[in-house]
Amino acid sequence: MVSEATNTLKKSVFWDWMTTVDHKKIAILYLLAGTLFFLKAGLMAVIFRIQLIAPEMEFISGQTFNEFITMHGTLMLFLAVTPIFFAFMNFVVPLQIGARDVAFPFVNALGFWLFFLGGLLLSLSWFFGGAPDAGWTSYVPLASREFGGVGIDFYVLGLQISGFGTLVSGINFIVTIINMRAPGMTMMRLPLFCWTTLLTSILIVFAFTPLAAGLALLMLDRIFDAQFFIPGEGGNVVIWQHIFWIFGHPEVYILVLPAFGMISEVIPAFSKKRLFGYTSMVFAVLIIAFLSFMVWMHHMFTVGIGPIANSIFAISTMTIAVPTGIKIFNWLFTMWGGKLTFNTAMIFAASFVPTFVLGGVTGVMLAMAPVDHLYHDTYFVVAHFHYIIVGGIVLGIFAALFYWYPKMFGHKLNETLGMIMFWLFYIGFHLTFFIQHILGLVGMPRRVYTYLEGQGMDTMNFISTIGAFLMAVAVIILIINIVYSALKSEPVTVDDPWDARTLEWATHTPVPEYNFAQTPQVRSLDPVFYEKIHGNGKMKPAEPLDDIHMPSGSILPFFISLGLFIAGFGFISFHLDLFISPYVLIAIGGIVTFGSMGLRSMQTDHGYHISKETVEEMEKELS
Amino acid sequence: MNGWKRFLQFAPLMAIVLLLAGCGEQGLSALDPMGPQSQWIFDNMLLSLYVMALVIVVVFVLFFIIIIRFRHKEGDDEYPEQVHGSTKLEVAWTVIPILLLAILAVPTITGQFYLSVGAEDIAEDEEDIGDLGDADEEIAEEDIAEDAYVIDVTAHQFWWEFDYPEGFTTGNEVYIPEGEEVVFQLEAEDVIHSFWVPALAGKVDNIPGVTNHLWLEADEPGVYMGKCAELCGPSHALMDFKLIAMEEDDYAAWNEEMQQEEEEPEETLAQQGREHFEEEGCLACHAVEGEGSAQGPTLTNFGDRNQIAGFLDYSEENLRDWIRDPGALKQGTNMPASPGLEDDELDAIIAYLDQLEAVDDETTEELEIQ
Repeated sequence: MVSEATNTLKKSVFWDWMTTVDHKKIAILYLLAGTLFFLKAGLMAVIFRIQLIAPEMEFISGQTFNEFITMHGTLMLFLAVTPIFFAFMNFVVPLQIGARDVAFPFVNALGFWLFFLGGLLLSLSWFFGGAPDAGWTSYVPLASREFGGVGIDFYVLGLQISGFGTLVSGINFIVTIINMRAPGMTMMRLPLFCWTTLLTSILIVFAFTPLAAGLALLMLDRIFDAQFFIPGEGGNVVIWQHIFWIFGHPEVYILVLPAFGMISEVIPAFSKKRLFGYTSMVFAVLIIAFLSFMVWMHHMFTVGIGPIANSIFAISTMTIAVPTGIKIFNWLFTMWGGKLTFNTAMIFAASFVPTFVLGGVTGVMLAMAPVDHLYHDTYFVVAHFHYIIVGGIVLGIFAALFYWYPKMFGHKLNETLGMIMFWLFYIGFHLTFFIQHILGLVGMPRRVYTYLEGQGMDTMNFISTIGAFLMAVAVIILIINIVYSALKSEPVTVDDPWDARTLEWATHTPVPEYNFAQTPQVRSLDPVFYEKIHGNGKMKPAEPLDDIHMPSGSILPFFISLGLFIAGFGFISFHLDLFISPYVLIAIGGIVTFGSMGLRSMQTDHGYHISKETVEEMEKELS
Repeated sequence: MNGWKRFLQFAPLMAIVLLLAGCGEQGLSALDPMGPQSQWIFDNMLLSLYVMALVIVVVFVLFFIIIIRFRHKEGDDEYPEQVHGSTKLEVAWTVIPILLLAILAVPTITGQFYLSVGAEDIAEDEEDIGDLGDADEEIAEEDIAEDAYVIDVTAHQFWWEFDYPEGFTTGNEVYIPEGEEVVFQLEAEDVIHSFWVPALAGKVDNIPGVTNHLWLEADEPGVYMGKCAELCGPSHALMDFKLIAMEEDDYAAWNEEMQQEEEEPEETLAQQGREHFEEEGCLACHAVEGEGSAQGPTLTNFGDRNQIAGFLDYSEENLRDWIRDPGALKQGTNMPASPGLEDDELDAIIAYLDQLEAVDDETTEELEIQ
């Protein structure tokens, strides 16, 4: 690849990817790792849906079922969807704001390796006495030492480490978007995807910190015999739920805001129209982000906190429907009067709108606190949040994947396979989850590994499982599509294969290491589209062509994370019977992590320059 | 309230609702409410469903118009008009949802007070409106109306203990008088559970270290299914219980019977069973007529049970399997297996357990029919 022509040519492929600090390569690492966790979590879902296909099945035991649902939720939220979003954010945001990289490339790599090794640590639990089994929410006392298995130690430390990764990446994006915008790219010209990335990152900073605190308390309880959450010893189990949901509710918006951003990119691109009501869209996400911290107790209406508190949180929850409604109608009216091209990316994006409305209205129903006493902890809730997460977020991810794939990999995905996948997935999704609303109302609690015959739940569960199979087939078709397209697809040689609007389409395909040879001058919202109408179709440069300063790669992010991985495993091994003392593991891990950090502090590394001549040569070759 | 109900019942969407009510089992499904609590919840669920259906219809109609009318046509390569937005439209779709939400906000708040225990007295007292903050605090015993009938519910992994004000205890099955408001005081022994009788009321959590309350009322006598709604371990799915509502007289008789001292079993087999029951140490966990420990479910009225261990049909065969190896049927149960028990000993114990009854068979049959 041309982009490797300079500094990276001397490295082996393996070493290059291990040490890369290039936001585009880190994006692909995130995408790969996230996809692996996504497939793993999806497979678990298929297995426990098989368990539920008929009443009183004995395909897996109650214990295994609990481990599967816990890991399904934890993996999907922390280790599949979040990293897949980070993949797109990493790839797209610097390009959309006209930057050469993120603000802190080293921290970016550190964020990835922390997330990945934290995820591996969590997954190791399968080989040491079983996965965590207290649900992804890990409510104490079920997650305490007395009632929960050793898997929960892996949950606590694995999430703590990968949470650090998410946290530093969030900080990185905030600084990047605030500081690294090209000349003329004012905040109110920022593409919606960048806005949602910014707000998601702010939410991460404010939400992952309480999670880190909560996990630290739980770790102290479990490993060092503290009593924060032990009733009868001065501890309080409800506090955990508060801490968890103060994190947990913003987490939902951490996931859904980037999906809003993706949809807001794809719909205008294929409607050939600018986003309807851009300003109100921006303020709607701002309000949603703000309100997301005001509603956590709606997860706890049945805990018995009292009618006053419940009423307040019920009303604050309902208010979120207003900005969300604004977004829905703005998307609809972006399409209204447009010239819509329904390729795979667009059909995913367009179908997001009505599907998300279905998830949203059940959200309002759930917000009615007294009625929530019926819905709470039943399949109605399961249906609701899967309508948001699958019908909203995953559809958004698929739209984004088909949309940005040519920029990321230099070829398009196959459209025929894409359409087959869409219909299978979409039908499968509704089959699986629509019926679950009713299952909840006829009395099926969530997280049950089986149900008895003659309770009126047999047919509906059967249908739901069939739907899950369809979704699994759709994902297999996606994988076939990726392989098939890699082998057979025509390479994309033009910069802007979709006739799109935002700045990432002004870069070459494949994107060179330095992104923009000259930083572009942005003159409007949708700068590329603006230049098509008002200019010659090319971005005007904001600076003369010169040597380009690039950051050097480093293996240290990997070692910092590896040290934490070893130390984390050391803390867990207090309750495992290992041949090696936990203290030794903690010491090794500490030395590796802090040693690497020390090394980084003492290193003098000013990066390197790509000479003007090389840039000119590469630009000629690419255009 | 009545006018409301009538409106809801004649609304056109009722057809769909009736279809929904067809799903699920009577006595379990919340779509077939059998008491004032669940009726209130059901009515307001419908209210929100109607409001939301309006939103769904608007969005879907717009959506389908768009995807049919505004498709890109071959050869038409001009860019469409680049519209920035429309203040009028944007104000409309901000204000209308606020109004719709206001409709839902009213029953949300009033219902919250109606459904919680103790608090409704405070809400009704107009003069005390300034003291509403008190409702937020944990409800003290004296706040619960004095004439309320309070049953203590203690949830265990994976069974339910019901303590009656008269001093006796039942396990996994709770009896209440029909047409009377009963308050359940909810506590937990080990982990968090959640007390839910879908056909009669919403759920409230049983939390260790916390005391919660829930009231409910059954309009008709019958057997209602109850479930644990909060993940509590491997056998969470099997932590079912039964709520049995009886006619007032039957209930009084039952209650009287439960307070009686244990009578010597009549049959010899059952007498032997009683001896084995003591020898095997069953009393270490299972009390009978107040005698023995309360570590496990009380067996005082075991012969009346609809289910064994909350989920197995009551039959001799199931009971035999259960006593032999409970863990094989209910993973994680605290009841140990009894592999050493001789077959004839087991038969005797079963005969003993079967005659532990507090309701005559006639009443039981009547209930089952309903």
